[in-house]
Amino acid sequence: MSRWKEKTLAYLEPRFKISAIRDFASKKKVPEHKHSFWYFFGGICLFLFVIQVLTGILLLLYYTPSVDAAHESVQFIMSQVKFGWLIRSVHSWTANILIGVIFVHMFSAFFLKAYRPPRELTWITGFLLLLIFLAFGFSGYLLPWNELSFFATRVGTDIAGVIPLVGKAVKTFMLGGPEVSGATLTRFFWLHVAVLPAFALGIVGIHILLVQTLGMSKPIGIGETKEISFFPDFILKDALGWLIILAVVGAVCVFLPWETGPKANPYASTPLGIKPEWYFTFMFTTLKLVPAHIFTIEGEVLAVLGFLLGGLFLMLVPFLDRRAAREKKSPVFTAIGVAVALYIVIMTALTYLAPDIGK
Amino acid sequence: MNRRAFVNLFLGGSILGTVVSFLYPVIRYLIPPGQAEAVVKRTLAAKIGELAPNSARFFRFGSTAAVLVNTADGQLRAFSAVCTHLTCTVNYESDTGTLFCPCHNGRFDLSGNVLSGPPPRPLEAYEVEISGDDIYVSKKA
Repeated sequence: MSRWKEKTLAYLEPRFKISAIRDFASKKKVPEHKHSFWYFFGGICLFLFVIQVLTGILLLLYYTPSVDAAHESVQFIMSQVKFGWLIRSVHSWTANILIGVIFVHMFSAFFLKAYRPPRELTWITGFLLLLIFLAFGFSGYLLPWNELSFFATRVGTDIAGVIPLVGKAVKTFMLGGPEVSGATLTRFFWLHVAVLPAFALGIVGIHILLVQTLGMSKPIGIGETKEISFFPDFILKDALGWLIILAVVGAVCVFLPWETGPKANPYASTPLGIKPEWYFTFMFTTLKLVPAHIFTIEGEVLAVLGFLLGGLFLMLVPFLDRRAAREKKSPVFTAIGVAVALYIVIMTALTYLAPDIGK
Repeated sequence: MNRRAFVNLFLGGSILGTVVSFLYPVIRYLIPPGQAEAVVKRTLAAKIGELAPNSARFFRFGSTAAVLVNTADGQLRAFSAVCTHLTCTVNYESDTGTLFCPCHNGRFDLSGNVLSGPPPRPLEAYEVEISGDDIYVSKKA
């Protein structure tokens, strides 16, 4: 066995320079301090992304992206295909968990001010990945062509439509016409399985390359710390996190398989109690509370502009937080981060605890 | 301009032109072509007797949803069922005699006016006419 291993390595070495990769991994160090727990969330995101890709490829085998067959094909996967329920449930549950973990990863990086130079691009690529995975969630939600997803898509594309100047063009591009229709389903499928994965793979690659090149950021004020080797120590700890997540996903899928819901009927009433996926609910509840008009401007336009400005602020925070860039504490940005996180948590909680708000 | 600058400009311009000539058809391809839709101005919504007082019927009007309401006092009224806030389809609430959008809790009276919630405009009202046993709904002129 060891002779085979040696022979294989001897063959691969001049072709792939394996020793260089091994040397890099073993020499690479990860700082260990009281906040280093948060480092593991990046690895968990990557692990969940890999699960998404693998289960997505499997779902493609039976899914049909047309108005007449999409819902039926998902029902077929759930009820007829062996372990179809498991593959789809793992795909849907990990998608939701992934977005939750991305939020945790982003806010931990924000509060530890990991966006300080020279890691501005690591932050920006991470923020772009958040947007890409939200787009994955939004486009994937429509694919089963059920009641909830149909109306969620209507609302979501209409929100895009109120963006000043470009809104109408963006909405038409997303819908493939004036209404949510078969053309929309085709476009969302195209985005979900071709365009977004291509962007995600590219940006994940850049993000990881930056993390590997620049190393992990240490929080402000933490001087020299103990360090552990990236390989195998950090990777083994990472793998433990992956195993825990895998166990949680497995348990959730067995006890709560993802529902298919009734097929969409574009001419029926919107079902009562409708709400989008949990990660969009803070915007959903905000839109319930915003008055019809603020001065002469429609409330929804102002709300959407507010979300866009908030997103832009988050993306550009490495260039705005000048104190952190000079390795000084920046309590104002910490306070803004706390306010944004509280806003998201409170609005999300209100969606479920007070669904009649604004009624 | 010396020869090197001219060649750089010429080659740079050629590359730019090539990129634009590749991108233009791709962008045009991505924009969905406008498809002429048959404009529906009048449609059969229900038959006489199908709709009890204080109830509503949803039906297809062109490419969107519409609602015909038989009010508690027996008047027939029709509206676009598309909420003016973010285009969800409204419900008829018989206990309050109002049209309610469950997406963001907008509420309209049976004249289409906004009673509460975020909708910025009233629902579009349609004309109702009875011809024999049929109830037709048409867009107002």
